[in-house]
Amino acid sequence: MTFQEISENLQKKFGDAVVLVKADAAVDPFIVVAAQSVCDIALHLREDAAMQFDYLMCLSGVDRKGTFEVVYHLASMTHKHKLVLKVSVPADRPEVPTVESVWKTANWHEREAYDLFGIIFTGHPDLRRILLPYDWEGYPLRKDYETPEFYNGMRVPY
Amino acid sequence: MIETHHSQPATSRGTTLRTEEMILNMGPQHPSTHGVLRLELVVDGEIVVDVIPHLGYLHRCFEKHAEQMSNYQQVVPYVDRMDYVSSMGNEFAYVVAAEKLLKIQVPERVDYIRVIMAELQRIASHQIAIGTYGIDIGAFTPFLFLFRDRERILDLFEEACGARLLYNYFWIGGLSHDLPPGWVEKAKAFCAYLKPNIVELNGLLTYNKIFIERTANVGVLPKDVAINYACSGPMLRASGVNWDLRRDDPYSVYDKIEWDVCVGRGEAGTVGDCWDRNIVRVHEMEQSLRIIEQALAMLPEGNVQAALPKRIMPVASEAYARTEAPRGELGFYIISDGTGSPYRIKARGPSFVNLSVITEISRGAMIADLVAILGSTDIVLGEVDR
Repeated sequence: MTFQEISENLQKKFGDAVVLVKADAAVDPFIVVAAQSVCDIALHLREDAAMQFDYLMCLSGVDRKGTFEVVYHLASMTHKHKLVLKVSVPADRPEVPTVESVWKTANWHEREAYDLFGIIFTGHPDLRRILLPYDWEGYPLRKDYETPEFYNGMRVPY
Repeated sequence: MIETHHSQPATSRGTTLRTEEMILNMGPQHPSTHGVLRLELVVDGEIVVDVIPHLGYLHRCFEKHAEQMSNYQQVVPYVDRMDYVSSMGNEFAYVVAAEKLLKIQVPERVDYIRVIMAELQRIASHQIAIGTYGIDIGAFTPFLFLFRDRERILDLFEEACGARLLYNYFWIGGLSHDLPPGWVEKAKAFCAYLKPNIVELNGLLTYNKIFIERTANVGVLPKDVAINYACSGPMLRASGVNWDLRRDDPYSVYDKIEWDVCVGRGEAGTVGDCWDRNIVRVHEMEQSLRIIEQALAMLPEGNVQAALPKRIMPVASEAYARTEAPRGELGFYIISDGTGSPYRIKARGPSFVNLSVITEISRGAMIADLVAILGSTDIVLGEVDR
């Protein structure tokens, strides 16, 4: 399916939950959807026979200064098409439902986004830090992050 | 009389022996983790009940560093150090993504040289994977044979760019150096040299009875689980999924070259077991030789620096590009805000994703088999932790 067909399919089924369809992006076109519907939309994208997005290539957090984005890069092994799906949440309440039940691979990617951005994936079965020490404070990939001077008595900046 | 909980063995009352689960740490310093990884095992005797991986020991904040670079080109040496046994593969993925963002078309000669280097790197990487896997299982000799041959690949790399392990060879829009005179002949000679050695390897290790006993039917990864966990590379193909990005989402000049995608067939046991993951790597070495030979024969003339941009300044946009690195799908998601330095770079490493399935395929295995399972996933912690 082309990007246009996929976006029309989603708009027909989910209506207002599809917030923005950016077909004229400079490189990769993308679709922004409402955070609370992302799990339903993900399931539909995976299960719909014409789309079958069975492969979550990548899940990334992005700090857009004021909002956080979660970006899902999807691919279908059957149809060999790809899709970029995004959700955007306010920085003061960064909560996104997990898609771990749809693609198991999201488990670690979401833990990473939580670890580095502090995005809370609601419903996640095991939302712990993954790359940083469990007692680390703050979320380093946030644009306003300031490196702490000490961690457990050790100097951090080198 | 003081009654303690150990006063009478349970069996003497005719009931079954009470057992207790035990927690055991494997790593962070353990030879079979091939780096620093800690697996927290919940074991019931010798049976693994649960595996909880703890990673991050090698975390170097690659993504944060990348955001602080003043130039997209400066990120290349950093990506070298992610999967440090396959630096050419990392550079390839990064420059493909950056060129997609910048809409740069590189000269054909650059593409062919990149393919040759990436496939040589695949062979070198698989040689480490197979060699160290042999050591995990208890076969030391194949490791020495494989390292002897790998050294020849490193010599070729050194001659082309001056570095043996971390190259900074692929630049956005080109290469740091053209091939030196006589390099093509040496690469051809290497291909002829390696072929009989793969046959020898199969006799030594792949079809060795002890090796088969240790790896066949162990750590079986079913097809649907592999896809749902987004496994990629030899790990995915061993589970019987006929999927290779070089063919199914082609980049560079792979669509002009002929080769076969290697898939696990359960020859020694079940499809998707440890033995299958190993044999896929062996066959991929043979296929890489085919690709290299064709690319060397088709190598066009040209200036490898003709398309180097004077100034790297992409418009505000974003791109995700993926390539088939030796360990699987290596993707880079690059966001530009229209300035000279990247706004955000996310690296999707195959080792990170492939490791996430370890719990799923290790439950119920013996502790000794866990070593075989972990080795067969062929992770590089530099890329898991970034």
